[in-house]
Amino acid sequence: MGSLFRSEQMTLCQLFLQSEAAYACVSELGELGLVQFRDLNPDVNAFQRKFVNEVRRCDEMERKLRYLEKEIKKDGIPMLDTGDSPEAPQPREMIDLEATFEKLENELREVNQNAEALKRNFLELTELKHILRKTQVFFDEAAPTLSITSVRYMYQMADAHKEEEQVQLLGDEMRANAQAQNLKLGFVAGVILRERLPAFERMLWRACRGNVFLRQAQIESPLEDPSNGDKVFKSVFIIFFQGDQLKTRVKKICEGFRATLYPCPEAPSDRREMAMGVMTRIEDLNTVLGQTQDHRHRVLVAAAKNLKNWFVKVRKIKAIYHTLNLFNLDVTQKCLIAECWVPVLDIETIQLALRRGTERSGSSVPPILNRMQTFENPPTYNRTNKFTKAFQVLIDSYGIASYREMNPAPYTIITFPFLFSVMFGDLGHGSIMALFGLWMILKEKPLAAKKSDNEIWNIFFGGRYIIFLMGAFSMYTGFIYNDIFSKSLNIFGSRWRINYNASTIVENHILQLDPKGADYLQSPYPFGMDPVWQIAPLNKIIFQNAYKMKISIIFGVIHMIFGVMMSLMNYRYFNDKISVLTQFVPQIIFLIFLFFYMTLLMFIKWVRYSAAETGQFSEGCAPSILITFINMVLFKPSEAKGDCSPYMFAGQAYIQKFLVVVALLCVPVMLLAKPIHIMKSRKQAQHQPIMPVENGDAEGGVNQENLARTAEHGGHGEHEEEEMSEIFIHQGIHTIEYVLGSVSHTASYLRLWALSLAHAQLAEVLWNMVLQNALKQKGWMGGVALWAIFAFWGVLTVGILVLMEGLSAFLHTLRLHWVEFQSKFYSGLGYAFTPFSFDVILEQGSSGPVDGGD
Amino acid sequence: MKICGPKLSLCGLIISVWGIIQLTLMGVFYYIHSVALIEDLPLEEHYSDPAEFYAAADMAYSQNAYNCWIAACIYIVTLVLSIQQFYANSRASV
Repeated sequence: MGSLFRSEQMTLCQLFLQSEAAYACVSELGELGLVQFRDLNPDVNAFQRKFVNEVRRCDEMERKLRYLEKEIKKDGIPMLDTGDSPEAPQPREMIDLEATFEKLENELREVNQNAEALKRNFLELTELKHILRKTQVFFDEAAPTLSITSVRYMYQMADAHKEEEQVQLLGDEMRANAQAQNLKLGFVAGVILRERLPAFERMLWRACRGNVFLRQAQIESPLEDPSNGDKVFKSVFIIFFQGDQLKTRVKKICEGFRATLYPCPEAPSDRREMAMGVMTRIEDLNTVLGQTQDHRHRVLVAAAKNLKNWFVKVRKIKAIYHTLNLFNLDVTQKCLIAECWVPVLDIETIQLALRRGTERSGSSVPPILNRMQTFENPPTYNRTNKFTKAFQVLIDSYGIASYREMNPAPYTIITFPFLFSVMFGDLGHGSIMALFGLWMILKEKPLAAKKSDNEIWNIFFGGRYIIFLMGAFSMYTGFIYNDIFSKSLNIFGSRWRINYNASTIVENHILQLDPKGADYLQSPYPFGMDPVWQIAPLNKIIFQNAYKMKISIIFGVIHMIFGVMMSLMNYRYFNDKISVLTQFVPQIIFLIFLFFYMTLLMFIKWVRYSAAETGQFSEGCAPSILITFINMVLFKPSEAKGDCSPYMFAGQAYIQKFLVVVALLCVPVMLLAKPIHIMKSRKQAQHQPIMPVENGDAEGGVNQENLARTAEHGGHGEHEEEEMSEIFIHQGIHTIEYVLGSVSHTASYLRLWALSLAHAQLAEVLWNMVLQNALKQKGWMGGVALWAIFAFWGVLTVGILVLMEGLSAFLHTLRLHWVEFQSKFYSGLGYAFTPFSFDVILEQGSSGPVDGGD
Repeated sequence: MKICGPKLSLCGLIISVWGIIQLTLMGVFYYIHSVALIEDLPLEEHYSDPAEFYAAADMAYSQNAYNCWIAACIYIVTLVLSIQQFYANSRASV
């Protein structure tokens, strides 16, 4: 039995590892990725485990690496990603790594601190430079010698509109006094964030009652904030005031607004001298800063070369210790005991890996891999490759298959794109989709290496093979429907001819072509629909509906019968003979006698009735399948219309009655047979308690075949615990679900017709409403109009018809598989096999930020 | 010289290629008087006699064929522009 059709056979193994060899062995198993370890000490919390210290050290290393990564990204240095995965280093190498990271981190932190201090210094100096430069202007403006009157004058000018307030605040005589006293004016100068300036100004005015004078000037170039590296705009200000009280008040306000004050000498010569000093210091600082940056860059470039490599190493070490924490210590403390699920086919490879690990660690005692008996359900493991993976994901998102259940994924590879294409049949849209899929498949490696974070893109890329197949199948159905962007291709030549004479054509608005006469060449168009239907707008849809509805039901019934056959495979595999008789047989009879018979009627109708025939089998006598079917189920005799018999073949009435009766008799069998059988066998078991049950042989059995049987019978054992009434209720629910489901599921397949009709109509509407506008342009301007409108039409075609309609057809296909197909056989009660694998761990580690620490 | 960004130039590239292929083919189909495209012709509702209708239809078919090829030619220009922009963008990003 190929492993594609069922999940892998799994076995529970016990693994004895010598303490020294454990690390190397687990590392080898991680590279292999075929072993799922079980937690043997689930009661012990994370902090009490044996290797908690190592895990914590790894966390610490990871934190340092993330810090380095952040710094590297900040500087925009490209990180070397060779994509190879180095082996997990020996435990003793961990100390080296730790030391390296410690050194790097410290160095980087020191450099950063120095750089920050230098930058702060630099900022201060630049600010001072600006102050000296700007204040020079203020002082120049305010006359060479600062006389009170001139200041007072400016002061009044500045606040002319607040004249009244000023009058109130300082009376006239006070002002006179002030003038008389000839007080010395003080000033402070500083720098403030530009957005704070208006508030600052208002505050100063209010707090000092208008007795200070503020001048400000903007610094044009943005300054760098040393703490976070942002560019900020600042303004230089200078405040003149009088007296010490005001000085303290002004200073406090400055402090409150985080303005930095700088000493500014009064004498112009001092200021010039200071400016010179500042300039030289800025130049010195610049060289030092440049050297610091160079050093930082060198450190980071060196780190960037190895960073990915280090990440892989640290994550591997951490994963190994994490796994070791799941193990049990035996009494002698000499070896570790692990329990793990492994695929039976891979035991050899695993043993080989273990041997390699032992050799590498230099230990002499080989590890022991011991198969165990268990009644637990093993995990479900389906081996996939890049092609089958996407299909398996579609199945698994409904529910992971129960252990060794039939896996629908291989059949889905064909049925999924096919049912999709029935709904999406259009050569043009199909080829757009197929080309997109093909491009992704051909560019697989470079695209996969890019590792985009875009979720939608990742979904598309993951499903590239599905998309390609869906597109290719849609091209095929597009040929069958003869639809390309809602137009038809006349490749083989239409089989219809117009034999009306010119006057008839001129006089009549609508004309029919008769399939009986010379209008039809009496042989069908070789492949798909005749292109003539495209220019028959009045009965094209009627014709296509009859065809598409019928094929939908035919595909649906075949699909469902296939699903029921799969349930037979399941019963036979699990040796469930009772279910074959009580479930499968009545189910398949019910489905075939009612619904498959209906599809047979369709074929009979297609084959026997024709316009070329006369009498009973002429085109006018063809009975409606739906009415026939309804009458059949209701036991109503079909009425003859004129000369036409309502029956397609002799004895149809009797056969139909027989079919319905048998099909209905199957319902009570489905409903009661299995519970009654269980009831009987229970009674028997009570009468003969000593009879060896099949469970007995399984105890001695070692091979997997027996194990599966025991698991199955273990399940039976649980069933026997169930109340009899519950069994009846469950069986009743299943039966109702199946019987009603057959009807509703058959009807549900009509969505194939509905969506294909909708798709074809939407394509036609888009063509007629958009592109036709350009094509109906008269004259040479039509070309330019066509150029513009074609682009618009193309965008709409891709957006609406390919993307949205494609998505809707995809979802309907998914539903047809999950509900209509899988409900016939698939229980999906298993749990997935999650092997301990470095590849998976690294994938997760690099795609999402690992929340370390916990 | 860059005018449009990487996404727009890629979009223009794809639509141009598509347009060149489809419009050239449609031009051919118009040229051979494909019946499937008769609804997309600039024709009147009524003609007094068949000969006039045939003449008008022949005119419209060839006119539409030329229009399709004109549009295809404009798309060649668009294609060249898009390719130039696309390379300008990819050079800038490297």
